[in-house]
Amino acid sequence: MVRLPSLRICCIVSFLVVAVLLVACNPSSPQSTFDAAGPVAREQLRLFWIIFWAAMIVFALVMSIMIYSMIRFRRRSSDDIPKQVHGNTALEVVWTVAPIILLIGIGIITVRTLFALDQPPSSDPLRVEIWAHQWWFEAAYPDYSITTANEIYIPVNRDVSVKLMSNDVLHSFWVPKLAGKTDVVPGRVNQQWFRADEEGVFFGQCAEFCGTAHALMKLQVIAVPEPEFNLWLDQQRLPAIIPTDFASTGAAVFNTKGCIVCHSVGGPDSNEIRESRSQSFLAGQMVSHAPNLTHFGSRNVFAGAILKVNEENLKKWLKDPEDLKPGNRMSSLAGAFNDPILQLTNSDIDALAAYLLSLK
Amino acid sequence: MVRTTKGMLGGIIARRPIAATGALGWLFTIDHKRIGILYGVTAFILFLVGGIEALLIRLQLSSANADLISPELYNQLFTMHGTTMIFMVIMPMSAAFFNFIVPLMIGARDVAFPRLNAFSYWTFLFGAILMNVSFLAGGAPAVGWFAYSPLTSIQFSIGSGVDFWILGLQVLGIASLAAGFNFIVTIVNMRAPGMSMMRLPIFIWMTLVVNFLIILAFPIITVALILLLFDRQFGTTFFEVTSGGDPLLWQHLFWAFGHPEVYILILPAMGIVSEVIPVFSKKPIFGYSTMVLAGILIGFMGWGVWSHHMFTVGLGPTANAAFSLTTMFIAVPTGIKIFNWLGTMWGGSISFTTPMLFAIGFIAMFTIGGMSGVMHAVAPSDFQQSDTYFIVAHIHYVLFGGALFGVFSGIYYWWPKITGKILNEMLGKISFWLFFIGMNLTFFPMHFVGLDGMPRRIYTYSEGMGWDLWNAVSTVGVFVISLGILVFIQNVLHTSRKGKQAGPDPWDGRTLEWSISSPPPEYNFVEIPNVEGRDAFWIQKYSEGLDGKPTRIVEETTPIKTHSDHHDIHLPSPSYYPVLVALGVTLIAVGLLSHLFFSVFGGVLAFVSVLGWALEPPTAPAEDGDHRAGAY
Repeated sequence: MVRLPSLRICCIVSFLVVAVLLVACNPSSPQSTFDAAGPVAREQLRLFWIIFWAAMIVFALVMSIMIYSMIRFRRRSSDDIPKQVHGNTALEVVWTVAPIILLIGIGIITVRTLFALDQPPSSDPLRVEIWAHQWWFEAAYPDYSITTANEIYIPVNRDVSVKLMSNDVLHSFWVPKLAGKTDVVPGRVNQQWFRADEEGVFFGQCAEFCGTAHALMKLQVIAVPEPEFNLWLDQQRLPAIIPTDFASTGAAVFNTKGCIVCHSVGGPDSNEIRESRSQSFLAGQMVSHAPNLTHFGSRNVFAGAILKVNEENLKKWLKDPEDLKPGNRMSSLAGAFNDPILQLTNSDIDALAAYLLSLK
Repeated sequence: MVRTTKGMLGGIIARRPIAATGALGWLFTIDHKRIGILYGVTAFILFLVGGIEALLIRLQLSSANADLISPELYNQLFTMHGTTMIFMVIMPMSAAFFNFIVPLMIGARDVAFPRLNAFSYWTFLFGAILMNVSFLAGGAPAVGWFAYSPLTSIQFSIGSGVDFWILGLQVLGIASLAAGFNFIVTIVNMRAPGMSMMRLPIFIWMTLVVNFLIILAFPIITVALILLLFDRQFGTTFFEVTSGGDPLLWQHLFWAFGHPEVYILILPAMGIVSEVIPVFSKKPIFGYSTMVLAGILIGFMGWGVWSHHMFTVGLGPTANAAFSLTTMFIAVPTGIKIFNWLGTMWGGSISFTTPMLFAIGFIAMFTIGGMSGVMHAVAPSDFQQSDTYFIVAHIHYVLFGGALFGVFSGIYYWWPKITGKILNEMLGKISFWLFFIGMNLTFFPMHFVGLDGMPRRIYTYSEGMGWDLWNAVSTVGVFVISLGILVFIQNVLHTSRKGKQAGPDPWDGRTLEWSISSPPPEYNFVEIPNVEGRDAFWIQKYSEGLDGKPTRIVEETTPIKTHSDHHDIHLPSPSYYPVLVALGVTLIAVGLLSHLFFSVFGGVLAFVSVLGWALEPPTAPAEDGDHRAGAY
C-alpha cells in the first residue's frame, strides 16, 4: 500500500491554498468589497466571511474524502472486484441532516442581516435622489435644490438614504466600499442607504448591463467632514456665475449650437424638465436629458466619471465624444455633432471649455 | 413484439433496406442513434463557435483599456456566447446522449416518436442557424442572454438583433419541447420488461427529470418571448413603463424559466457522472434511491428559487429572505448527490480512465460552484457579488466544470459504444489536464476580480482598478482550454484512423447498452432484454455472493448475439416530413424577420408536411433496386 501524504503536509497545503485565496484579493482596488468603509458594506462583508469559512470547511472535507478515496481505493489489479456496497442508510441520514443544520444557522444570520440592513438607523438621513441614465448618474438633493452629476458629496458619519430612479433602462447603483448594489428600475423607486465612517473618495459603477457604454458609467461618492459638506452645499446653491470675457463667448456658443436643449445651466433640474426631455427621447426626437452644468467647473469628473475635469479633457471631449465614450447620447443626438450647420469649430470649443470651466 | 410484425408488413421491410448511406440517409433518418450523432456533432461545432466568441471576449479583457473590439461587437459577443453555450451547446449535447443512450439503456429499439425526434433535431439546427445569421444581418443581439427589458424595447435596441434572438429562441424552444415530450413518453412507456422505475439507471432518471423541467419551463419563456415580440413588432406595452407595463414582469418570467433551465443544464451531467463513477469504481451507485429522490427534489425545488437572480431589484427583505432560504436548501439534495458519489468511490477499485477523470473533475469543480452558489444564496452577501465577475466564476464552475465536464465524461465513456472505437487514453488524459488546468486558470481568478469590484459585461476597464493581473491570467487560461479542445479534436481524428476496436463492453459496464455490439445495430437489441434488477447488464455477468463479493458468471464475454436474419424486426422507415415541418416552422420565423411571404410559405409548408406526416404509412411501400431513394 502506498503511503498516504502525512497530515502535516496536508495541513501545509491547505494553509497555502487559503493563504493564496486571501492574498489574491486586493483590498487596495478602488472598488474592493474587502475594504468596507461603512456599516452596510461591513455587515455584508462579515456575512461573506462567515459563509466563506463554512464553505472552506465543507470543501476541504469533500476534497479530503475524494482524494483519500482516489489514493486508497485506486485499482491495483484488473481482476480486483470490490464488495458491491449499495448504500448505508445511517451515513446518508448524516449527510442529509448535517447540511440542513449548517444551513439553518446560515439562514438565521442571513434573514437577520437582511432585515437589520433594510432601513437606515437614523431618522434624519441625508436624502439624495439618484437618476440613472444611459450612461451617467445624476444626483439631486431634494432638501437643498441641487442637481449634480457623476459625483455625490456626502458628510461622513451621517446616514445617507438614496432614492433610485430611471427613465430609460435598468441600471444598478453600486459603490462597493459603502454598500452592495441596488438596481435602478424604470417605473419604480428603489431605495438604498449607506454611511461612510471615514473621509475619502469611493468609486462605484453601474452593475446592470445597460447598453453600449455600460462599462463607462461610473460615479464617485465623496465623503467629507460635515463643515466642508455644508460649504459645498452653499456653493452649489449659488446661482450660476455670469460669464465674462472669453467665457461669455462660450456662453453664446452654448446657446446657439444647441447645448442648452439638453443641458441646464441656470440652476437645478426639476422633475418636469427631466421628464419632458426623457419623453422627447422616447418619442424619437433628438433630445435627451443631460447633466446639469450649473456648477460644472466645481466638479472633479465628467462624462460618466471617466474623465477628470480639466481643459485638455474637456476639449478632447467636445471635439470627439464618440472616441472617448462610444455610444454616448451626445454624439448621436446633439446638433453640434450631427448637423453640419451647428458643428463646433476649434474656437467654439476653446470658448465652450473656458465657459464651462468658469461655472464654479 | 418481434413476432407481431409478421405477414405483409414484415415482408415489406424485408424487401426494402432502409436508406442507410449517403447524405439523404442522414437527412431523412429517424434512427435515434443517428439523430443522437447529428445532435452531438452540431452541438460540438456550435461549441467551437461559442468558444471563439469567448476567446475574443477574453482577448479584449486581457488588459486595461484594450482596443481590440468595439463595445457594440463586444456586447453582441457576450450575448451570443451565453445564448449559444446554454441553448445550442449544453442542451443539445445532453440531447445527443438522451437520443443515443436512453433507448439502449432501457432496452428499447427506438424512442417513442422517432419522427418527432428527427423533427426536434432539424428544428434545433435551423434555430441555431437562424440565431447565428444575425451576425451577418445587421448585428447580433446585444442585450445579454437574459435580455432584460426595457433594453430590449424598440427604443433602446433598434436593429433586428433582438428579433433574431426572440425568434431563434422560439424555434429552439419548439425543438426542446418536442424532444421533452418524446423522452418522457419513451422512458415511461418503452422500458424493457422488468425495467421498473426503480431499476432505471440514474442517467435515465435524470433525463426524465430534465425533460419534465423542459416541458414545464419552456412554455414560460415561450410566453415571455411572445410578449416581447408583440411589444417590439406590434406596439403592445407589456414591459413599457410609460404605458403601465412592468420591466420586472420580464425578469420574473425569464427566471421562472431560467432557474429550472440551470437544472436542465446540470442534471444530465449529474446523470452521466452517476453512470461513469460506478463503472470505474467497480461498485454500484451508492444510495440509489436517495440519488433518484435527490434528483427529483432538485427538479422540484428549482421552481421556487427564481428570485435569487433578482435579489438586487428591490423586492424587499421579506421576498429576499424567502428566496434566500429556498435557494440554500437546494444545497441539501445537491450535497447528497456529491456525498453519494464519494460513497460510490469509497471502497471501490478505481481506475483513472479519461471518463473517470472528467467525472472526478466534475465533482471537484461542481463543489466549488456549489459553494459559491450558497454564498450568493445569502442575499446580503449577494448584494456585493451580484452582476460581478464573482458570478461569472460561479456559473462557469457550474456549467464548464460541471455540465461540460459531465458531457466530456460522457463523450469519452460512450464514444466506443457510438463509434465502435475507443478514444486514445493518452491524448484523452492530456486533454483532460489541459481542460482542468485551463478552466481553473480562467475562472478561478474571476472570483478575485469580482470581489475586487469588477462588474460583468463591461467591455473595458481602466488602469488602476487592480484587475489587470487576474484578467491577464484568465486570458492565458482560455488558451490552455483551447489547446485542450485541439487535443480532443486530434484524438477524434487519430481514433477514427487508427483507433483500436472497442468491442461491445470495453469498460466492464453495468447497463444494457454494453450488452450489444459497438456500434449497435440499427435495431439495437435482437431480443428485447429481460431486466432482473438494477445494473441490468452487470448482474448478467456477475453473481453476488452473500458477502457482497461478486464473481463472474462466465469467463469470457458472452458472445453478442448477431442476427443474421433480422428481417422480422420492425423498424419504422425514414421520413421526409420531420425535416420539412422543421423547415416550415423556421421559415415562419424567418418571415417575421424579413418578408411575410416567407411566413406564409413556411406556414403552408409546415401544414402540408404535417398532413403528410399524419397520413404517410408506417413503413415504406415495397420497392426494388433503383427506386429506393424515392420510396420511403
